[in-house]
Amino acid sequence: MRHLMSPLDFTTTELDRLFDLANDIEANPQKYARICSGKIMATCFYEPSTRTRLSFESAMVRLGGTVVGFSDASSSSASKGESVSDTIRVISCYADICAMRHPKEGAPMVAAEKSGIPVINAGDGGHQHPTQTLTDLLTIRSMKGRLKDFTIGLCGDLKFGRTVHSLIHALIRYPGIHFLFISPEELRVPDYITELLKSQNIPYEEVIKLEDVMPRIDMLYMTRVQKERFFNEEDYVRLKDFYILDADKMKPAKEDMLVLHPLPRVNEISVEVDKDPRAAYFKQAQYGVYVRMALILTLLEMETEVSPC
Amino acid sequence: MLNVGKIKEGFVLDHIKAGRSLSIYEHLQLDKLDCTVAIIKNARSNKMGKKDILKVECDIDMLDMDVLACIDHSITVNVIRNEKIVEKKDLVLPKQIKNVYRCKNPRCITSIEQELPHIFILADREKEVYRCKYCEEKFTGLFF
Repeated sequence: MRHLMSPLDFTTTELDRLFDLANDIEANPQKYARICSGKIMATCFYEPSTRTRLSFESAMVRLGGTVVGFSDASSSSASKGESVSDTIRVISCYADICAMRHPKEGAPMVAAEKSGIPVINAGDGGHQHPTQTLTDLLTIRSMKGRLKDFTIGLCGDLKFGRTVHSLIHALIRYPGIHFLFISPEELRVPDYITELLKSQNIPYEEVIKLEDVMPRIDMLYMTRVQKERFFNEEDYVRLKDFYILDADKMKPAKEDMLVLHPLPRVNEISVEVDKDPRAAYFKQAQYGVYVRMALILTLLEMETEVSPC
Repeated sequence: MLNVGKIKEGFVLDHIKAGRSLSIYEHLQLDKLDCTVAIIKNARSNKMGKKDILKVECDIDMLDMDVLACIDHSITVNVIRNEKIVEKKDLVLPKQIKNVYRCKNPRCITSIEQELPHIFILADREKEVYRCKYCEEKFTGLFF
């Protein structure tokens, strides 16, 4: 039995297989519409989430399965003081697979250790959010046709953004990736990441102005400056609108550049960019469902046969 | 000059950085052993200037070498039998340490889940970096 705790749990070969399956689901949704009939997914969300929880639930329903669960800790037995270990033992009796989000880092791993069913980490505090990374990788692979040999610009909060850190870790396993880190001084990518890149001779640059590097970018990954990460309001207000991607800033970009964003966005991407064909963030949300469908099938060890392209 | 007698069976921990012997005493839980222990602080050393030494009269198996390696793997461990050094043991950083140190990350699941062991995994042997198994919080230099 396998679980998913980190995007690095799967080898690049296993990821290719997962993404092939996700693309087959996208091309032939009817083929998979009843494959999980009779299976139950438990969505155990100890903190509120809209996109991730609904994406998981949509994925399971689209596979013909059903979903049970809770969407915040107050409506679960955690409010009575039950441990994660005990909760998962009970959930294992009710469901076939579990997606868990928890504010405490490592909680899904504790669940996986005690679980009788596969557990998917649907986000644990500021630690990991592996299905977002799988979504990002599938989007890039599907829309660019490859996961190697490109320049990726990561822009915004590179200090606290867990999606950015996970994506960097996942991408360094592929050859020919050039990283451009675009952030204000206060939100620079952590030293441990630049040290990791240096130790593996992976090229990267750190810049403050997005305009300076825009023509060189193949993939622009925008992030939101998260209010909850700041201790004082003043710093947040000063930095929240540091980058606003608008139609003017898009002009010097390559014609086939993609703009990605894990969502939700606030002000960092102007609404006028939505109609630009290079804006891929809503398509990315769609890929999030496909990759979760593929993941559910993989972890449930359902027999699938990917149709030849 | 202070004289501390030889031990018959046991071990001598030599080349402990000056001032650390009491902490090592605590972490090895030597207070729980019913045996003779000599703690020598600030002994003169040609190599270190000053050093601490611990002499413990008990079976070598009673010593948790992993804990000791985490504390300071440059400590010399001399095994004594019949008042003579019969072996010098090398200390190697263990791949995993359990319930020796508590994760200090307040966001870690270990901060609320009872009965959960506190496990650290060796992430970088060269830099002597351990990370919490659950939250991956970095930890260097276990006790000092």
